[in-house]
Amino acid sequence: MKEAQLKQSAEMSVPPRKLKPILTTLLVTTAIFWSGWQIEFSFTELVRGFPNMWDLIVQLVPPNWDYLSVITTPILETIRMAVIGTTLGGLIAFPLSIIAARNVFQSAWITVPARFVLNLIRTIPELLLAALFVAVFGIGSIPGIFALMLFSIGIIAKLFYEAVEAIDPGPLEAMTAVGANKIKWIFYGVVPQVMASFMSFFLYTFEINIRAAAVLGLVGAGGIGLYYEQTLGFLDYGKTASIIMYTLAVVLIIDYLSTRIREKLA
Amino acid sequence: MIELKHVSKVYSNGTRGLNNIHLQMEAGEFIVIVGLSGAGKSTLLRSINRLHDISEGEILINGNSITKAKGRELYRIRRDIGMIFQNFNLVRRSSVMRNVLSGRVGYHSTLKMMFGLFSKQDKQIAIDALERVNILEKAYIRADQLSGGQQQRVSIARALAQEAKVILADEPVASLDPITTKQVMDDLYRINQELNITMVVNLHSVDLARAYASRIIGLKNGEVVFDGTAKEATREVFANIYGKNNQTMNQIGVAK
Repeated sequence: MKEAQLKQSAEMSVPPRKLKPILTTLLVTTAIFWSGWQIEFSFTELVRGFPNMWDLIVQLVPPNWDYLSVITTPILETIRMAVIGTTLGGLIAFPLSIIAARNVFQSAWITVPARFVLNLIRTIPELLLAALFVAVFGIGSIPGIFALMLFSIGIIAKLFYEAVEAIDPGPLEAMTAVGANKIKWIFYGVVPQVMASFMSFFLYTFEINIRAAAVLGLVGAGGIGLYYEQTLGFLDYGKTASIIMYTLAVVLIIDYLSTRIREKLA
Repeated sequence: MIELKHVSKVYSNGTRGLNNIHLQMEAGEFIVIVGLSGAGKSTLLRSINRLHDISEGEILINGNSITKAKGRELYRIRRDIGMIFQNFNLVRRSSVMRNVLSGRVGYHSTLKMMFGLFSKQDKQIAIDALERVNILEKAYIRADQLSGGQQQRVSIARALAQEAKVILADEPVASLDPITTKQVMDDLYRINQELNITMVVNLHSVDLARAYASRIIGLKNGEVVFDGTAKEATREVFANIYGKNNQTMNQIGVAK
C-alpha cells in the first residue's frame, strides 16, 4: 500500500478521515431524494405543464395599459406600507440588537431573553403574520404594516446584532477610560461604529419589504396584492400583466436606488 | 497623586499578574515603566483607572479609593485620568473632532450626551487640544484617513480634552516608526512640562525611557525591581530587569 510508505512522525497531527465527506454526501443525497419522493415531485409533470404555461403567457399579452392609472393608488399604498413598516421595525430592532450583543452586555440575563424574543419573531412568516393581524385589525393596510414591522425586526436585528458583536473593542475601552457610564459608552463607543451597517441593513430590508408588501394583499392586508388576486380570479390576464409589469418596474427602481446608497455607505 | 497600596492581581487561571506592588506617584512626574512583555506593565497601568480589577490591596487617586468606588464616583475618578493606547482606540469612522469631543462626555448629563449636545466651550477645549498636538487642520477629517502618528496625536488630544490630571500611556509608540515615535514622545513631554500633567508611560525601549523619564520603574514578574531616577538606572539595573542576555541587551539598546 502506498500509505504505508508515507513517513509518519509522532509530532504530526493525524490526517483527516476520508469517511466524513463520503457520509456527508450520502446524507444530503438521501435527504434530497426522500423529500422529492415524499412530495411526489416529477419532471414529467413539469413538462406536461409547459403548454398551460404558454397559454397563460399568451393571455398575459398584451397588458392592459389603461389599468395602470387604476392601480397607481394601491402601488403607492404598497410603498407607503413598506416605508412605515420598515421604519417602525428598524426603530425597534436597533435597541433590541444592542441588548442582544454579548460584547455590549456581558450578562446572559440580558442577552439571552433579547435573543429569544428575536428568534421568536423570526420564526413566523410574514404572510402568516399578516393573516393573523387581518383577523385582529380587519382588512386594510394597518395589519400589513404591523406584519412588515415584525418581519423587519427579525431581519434587521439578526444582521445587525452580528455587526454589533464584530466591532473594534478599542474605542469601547477608551470610552470606559474616559469615565463614560453605560449609556454614554454605547452612544460614543458602539453607535458610531455600527451606524453605517445599520443603515445598509435597513435599506436592504426595505427592498425585501417592497416585494413582501406586494403579496400581503392576498390575505387582505392592503396594497397591490388585493388587485392581483381579483384580476386573476376574474381571468382578466391583461390586467394581471399590467400589475406584474408595474410592480416589477417599482421594485427594480427601488432596488437600484437602495443598492447605490448602500454602496456609498460601505 | 496616585498611591498603590500592596496591590496584587491574580488572574482567574491562577497566574499572578501583579505581586504586592507598593508605589506612590507624585503630581507632575514623568514616570516610565519598563519590563519584558508579560512583566505586568499593562496590568499595572490598567489597574490605576480600573480597566482591570485588582485582587488585593487598594489604589488611591488623590486620596479617593478607585478600588472601592462605584457608579458615578468611579466615572468621576476616571474622568480625571486620561489614557492613550498602543492601537490609538479611536472610532475610525468618526471625525477627529468627534473623537476629541468624546473626551468631554464625563462633564455632561447622559441625556445631553445622547443627543451630542456639546457646548461652545467644549468645542473650544477640543480645538485647543488639537492645536497643542499640531493637528488642528485635520479636525473635520475622518480618523481612518490619518497616519498612525496622527491618530496617536488625536488620542492625546482626547485625553487633553478630558482635562485629565494624569495621563496613562500603554505602549504609545509601539506601532509607530522612529520619527513619529519622537514626535509623540515630545508631545507627551511637552504636555507634562507645560500643563503639569502627570505621565505614566509603559515603554519597551530603554533609550526612550532614559531620554524622557524623570523616574523609571522596572517591573519583573509582576514585582517592582527598580524605582529611581533615569540617572540611577544603569546598565546593571536594566540587565536585572531584562535578564543578563547580551543579545537581548543589544536589541533593547543598552549594550555599549
